[in-house]
Amino acid sequence: MAAKRLSLREKYQKFTRDLAWEPSYQDKANIFPQTEFEGIHIHDWDKWEDPFRLTVDAYWKYQAEKERKLYAIIDAFSQNNGQFNVSDARYVNALKLFLQGVSPLEYAAHRGFAMAGRQFSGVGPQVACQMQSIDELRHVQTQIHTISQYNKFFNGFHDWNHMHQRVWYLSVPKSFFEDAMSAGPFEFVTAISFSFEYVLTNLLFMPFMSGAAYNGDMATVTFGFSAQSDESRHMTLGLEVIKFMLEQDERNVPIVQKWIDKWFWRGYRLLTLVSMMMDYMLPKRVMSWKEAWEMYFEENGGALFEDLSRYGIRMPKYWDVSVKEKERLSHEAWSIFYNYDHAAAFHSWLPEESEMEWLSAKYPDTFDKYYRPRYEYWRSLQEKGERWYNSTLPMLCQLCQIPMAFTEPDDPTQICYRSSEYNGDKYHFCSDGCKDIFDDEPEKYVQSWLPVHQIYQGNCGGASVPEVLEWYHLVDGQDNKEFLDSQDRANWNRWKGESDSDTDQPVKAAVND
Amino acid sequence: MTIEIKTQSVEPLRHTFSNVARRQGADKSASRYLEAMFDLQPTVNFHYKPQWDPDHDLYDTGRTAIVMEDWYAFRDPRQFYYGAWTTTRAKQQDVAERNYAFVEKRALLDLVPEETRKVAEAAFVPLRHAEYAANLNNMYICAYGYGTAITQAASFNAVDRLGIAQYLSRIGLMLDGNTSESLDAAKQAWLENEAWQPLRQLCEELMATKDWFELYVAQNFALDGLLYPLVYERIDGELQRHAGSTISMLNEFMSEWYGETSRWVDATLKTAAGESDANKVQLEQWARQYIDRAAQALTPVAAQVFGTDAQSVIAELREDLTNRAGKKAGLEL
Ligand SMILES: [Fe+2]
Ligand SMILES: [Fe+2]
Ligand SMILES: [Zn+2]
Repeated sequence: MAAKRLSLREKYQKFTRDLAWEPSYQDKANIFPQTEFEGIHIHDWDKWEDPFRLTVDAYWKYQAEKERKLYAIIDAFSQNNGQFNVSDARYVNALKLFLQGVSPLEYAAHRGFAMAGRQFSGVGPQVACQMQSIDELRHVQTQIHTISQYNKFFNGFHDWNHMHQRVWYLSVPKSFFEDAMSAGPFEFVTAISFSFEYVLTNLLFMPFMSGAAYNGDMATVTFGFSAQSDESRHMTLGLEVIKFMLEQDERNVPIVQKWIDKWFWRGYRLLTLVSMMMDYMLPKRVMSWKEAWEMYFEENGGALFEDLSRYGIRMPKYWDVSVKEKERLSHEAWSIFYNYDHAAAFHSWLPEESEMEWLSAKYPDTFDKYYRPRYEYWRSLQEKGERWYNSTLPMLCQLCQIPMAFTEPDDPTQICYRSSEYNGDKYHFCSDGCKDIFDDEPEKYVQSWLPVHQIYQGNCGGASVPEVLEWYHLVDGQDNKEFLDSQDRANWNRWKGESDSDTDQPVKAAVND
Repeated sequence: MTIEIKTQSVEPLRHTFSNVARRQGADKSASRYLEAMFDLQPTVNFHYKPQWDPDHDLYDTGRTAIVMEDWYAFRDPRQFYYGAWTTTRAKQQDVAERNYAFVEKRALLDLVPEETRKVAEAAFVPLRHAEYAANLNNMYICAYGYGTAITQAASFNAVDRLGIAQYLSRIGLMLDGNTSESLDAAKQAWLENEAWQPLRQLCEELMATKDWFELYVAQNFALDGLLYPLVYERIDGELQRHAGSTISMLNEFMSEWYGETSRWVDATLKTAAGESDANKVQLEQWARQYIDRAAQALTPVAAQVFGTDAQSVIAELREDLTNRAGKKAGLEL
């Protein structure tokens, strides 16, 4: 029979949005109760442009193909003890930070996109969010399966999710995602799909994945690249969501701009952890934080916002502060961890001399002036056997929850303090960006579960460091503290058949054992 | 770079993650299913109450009446994590693809009498809307449920249901020669034809149900437990008398899927019922209530094929489901 065949686009529409119907037995608001409270006006869900057209059977087929390849490599990696091929045992600490800080966010994305995929009342975004939801489950699970092998041979990985919910620096990523998930579906996708995945994702994935490649970690490279093919779908979803909201109603523009401002700053502060990973934790460096910020944010992001200006959207507020901070961010962050590493589940160390030179070359205006002297002083203490750990608990920013160690935008020698009053209490912030977010929704952010406050309130196992570490499930002397004194390093040398003197590098010779 | 490793010195420090070891009672190797399932969902120290549900935490055991000491007591007998699930489905879609190609290439549907094709179209194609409701309902369970053991499997189920809705749409297109006339007619029937209204009403009610475990019982046990045997066994069997196995080939994915998924549903209910009498009573009450509703809603659907025998067909299916509840799911209905 001669049939008029549906076009691919028509067919996809039949296979997705045509499945829904206007309910008549229930009020639509009972089925989709979250579509209005954020103040976003949608007139016509049919105007949604599907960012990709993938039927479920095709999804299964492509994804299974990728999974088969990935697991073949993971299997080979563990059979061949691939973990011993990495550049240096210090590298593994970047992976610890990844499993403790990033993988739980993949899981949160899985649940968050399930919420959005259930709540949007248009089938187009429902389907896109649902597929992203299971992609994100894929990411966390492939990461666990890959890193499982590292966990068998290195400390710090073993209780990553318990730690994610308790350890002080991990409240930074945890609160970031919970902030997005506890908002409505439109803000959630603006936060995660657009601001994080579309605008900032290169600054998360490039450092970890290229870092893995440079440092001989083939398993991580493989899951990273395998995830990246999902990520390109997620990024197109991010852009579509923004354009859809902006095109539906002019009243959406200021709301979207406010969210972009907020989530840019939230995301940027979260990337602080990545900046120090790039500049300090990779034995073989890919590029500096500063270079990455220039390339991925200033250039690419600048072009994007130029494109969005026709909708009345401008660059996110305080982007200029991020540019001022790019010469200090990673150094200020690494110093925090060097200070508090007795309470962190990865090792820190002072850069070796060759690394100091790299840092001076990459940060000619700041490194030798502000940070090298600090490291040299700390090294002199280490040489005397007095490795410095700070026993005073730091004050945390109420919003981003990072210890208050960032400096004034225009003065790198002055710690930046901001504060607000709310209901008679005073709240402290690391920056104007964090303060503004608080001031806009103080009733939300007074709720922050601040690790330091919680310790003071006796909710973390006790008042002493050993009690808190136990509550963290952080094994003192194994998971934490100086790399040079670590089991990881001793094991590594033993496994690689190297004695301490074989692996002698300048800084190691300088340490008094 | 070659690396020489002294074999005796590369004994692993541990064999699995600490949370998995605690649950296993020992540090021994764990399956991929367990390592990537246990404790993935945060349980404590939430920062902000959700604006969309300020009375609960982001993840909260209080969103259902079912109470569990440990939400990781649930196990998926299929041991599905993402990789296992997607490779299983990829194989099944491969078979489905071959079946469709076979039917199309040999124009087997042309050999099915017009009357039978009309019955098939009327019985199967509107169900794509019911599958869409099942998709949203399982996404709801994933979104607001508690503990990755159940929620991940619900997310797979949700996507499966979207896939089934798409297979049903495809069958429609095969029956109508790719004009989408059958899809349009099915939607019309779903919205207006009396035979479908009770089922549509039930679907809309489920989409507005707040307790996620109640929804699980209603959708995955009661409604599916009657609908799948009705459609993919009874109606399919009836059509076979005139259509041979052609229609069954198109439905193979669904009948296989149901057999597999029922194992997960039964195991979930059994675990929850085994936890406490209160759970058991609650589950039985929901099961009875929704089996009644589903039976009512499906009777006119069955009548399209079985006419006045519909009542007795549904009664038989109810009995089968009641038996299944007792034998497999630990519920006395
Ligand atoms: Fe991801
Ligand atoms: Fe993603
Ligand atoms: Zn801050």
